[in-house]
Amino acid sequence: MTRLIQAAFAAAVLFATPALAHNGVVHLGPIDISLPFARATLPNAPVGGGFLTIENTGAEADRLISASSPAAAEVQLHEMAMDGEVMRMRQLEDGIEIPAGGTVTLEPGGLHIMFMGLREPFVEGEEVPVTLTFEQAGSVEIKLPVLAVAADAAPAHDGHQGH
Amino acid sequence: MTATRGIEMALHTIRTWLWISVIALAVTVGAAALLLRQQGTTAVASTSTGPSTFGKGSYELVDHRGDAMDETMFIGQPSVLFFGFTHCPEVCPTTMAEMASWFETLGPEAQDLRAYFVTVDPERDTPEIVGEYASWAGEQMTGVTGTPEEIAKIAKAWGVYYEKVPLEGDDYTMDHTASVYLIDDKGEFQGTVAYREDKDTALGKLRNLLAKS
Ligand SMILES: [Cu+2]
Repeated sequence: MTRLIQAAFAAAVLFATPALAHNGVVHLGPIDISLPFARATLPNAPVGGGFLTIENTGAEADRLISASSPAAAEVQLHEMAMDGEVMRMRQLEDGIEIPAGGTVTLEPGGLHIMFMGLREPFVEGEEVPVTLTFEQAGSVEIKLPVLAVAADAAPAHDGHQGH
Repeated sequence: MTATRGIEMALHTIRTWLWISVIALAVTVGAAALLLRQQGTTAVASTSTGPSTFGKGSYELVDHRGDAMDETMFIGQPSVLFFGFTHCPEVCPTTMAEMASWFETLGPEAQDLRAYFVTVDPERDTPEIVGEYASWAGEQMTGVTGTPEEIAKIAKAWGVYYEKVPLEGDDYTMDHTASVYLIDDKGEFQGTVAYREDKDTALGKLRNLLAKS
């Protein structure tokens, strides 16, 4: 199982399209990825969350179908929601659609990249690499800066809008 | 042939899960209605006729030092109570961070306040695991675990909902009530702090609790 994951990861890296990044935005074809971050984890917490904003500047819808990382045994796409006082979390087996011309934000309280079986705790100030795979645009590796345990958003980069 | 079978099986799985979701939703709505009614009754009861039954139960748990804990854990000092689990991706770490910041702001004001992190995932959260996890938020914090049966009893006493949700690859996560309960030194329920409630509001509620106890 672990070997399979490692092989899948190696393949993902191999096929990952080189990404052009400027102003903190990573471009993958028509897909723009910005404001990435992860949250630092508590002692013994074997899971961590990753967040970012995905903009589809193209004329066709795309779909974030999977994510992988050497930092965790397994990476899944999840959605959490508060239902009254109850927190609910679900795995999104079909991934996350990025509509043509649309922007989808993975943020605390909603969609997130879920790192499970962390090899090491996420430490504030460090970075977590993650490879995102889109149905159309292909794969790209990005780095999520680790912010505080309850961080809500990455600090905005000047001029990241308007691409 | 095999592909068709595969699709049929997948559809069957989806159908099964849809039904489970429908049933789970119905159960939740029912439980929520019950809880709301119970809380409504609590508010009335505690102002007019004294001690209420909300939060009352009998259970035998263990804290992160390995000491036995039971319902008397809420007697003798005001407490805050939170149910969570260490495999929790967001709500629990966020709430722990917020509690840590309350304790820090209150400083010596909060010296009599106790805080309990009770796991709803006792199969994975051993005393040692909950101990290190909970202690991160401050020395007031006590991590509490126990057998699944005893955890079910304390959760029931506080009207806490929790449920295992399967994930891919033999893994699972937990849905659970995310509110922080405020309890006075006689073990009486005094209200809740909602998930991500404004810090000043939360501090106001805590100061109120400390003044009453
Ligand atoms: Cu998650």
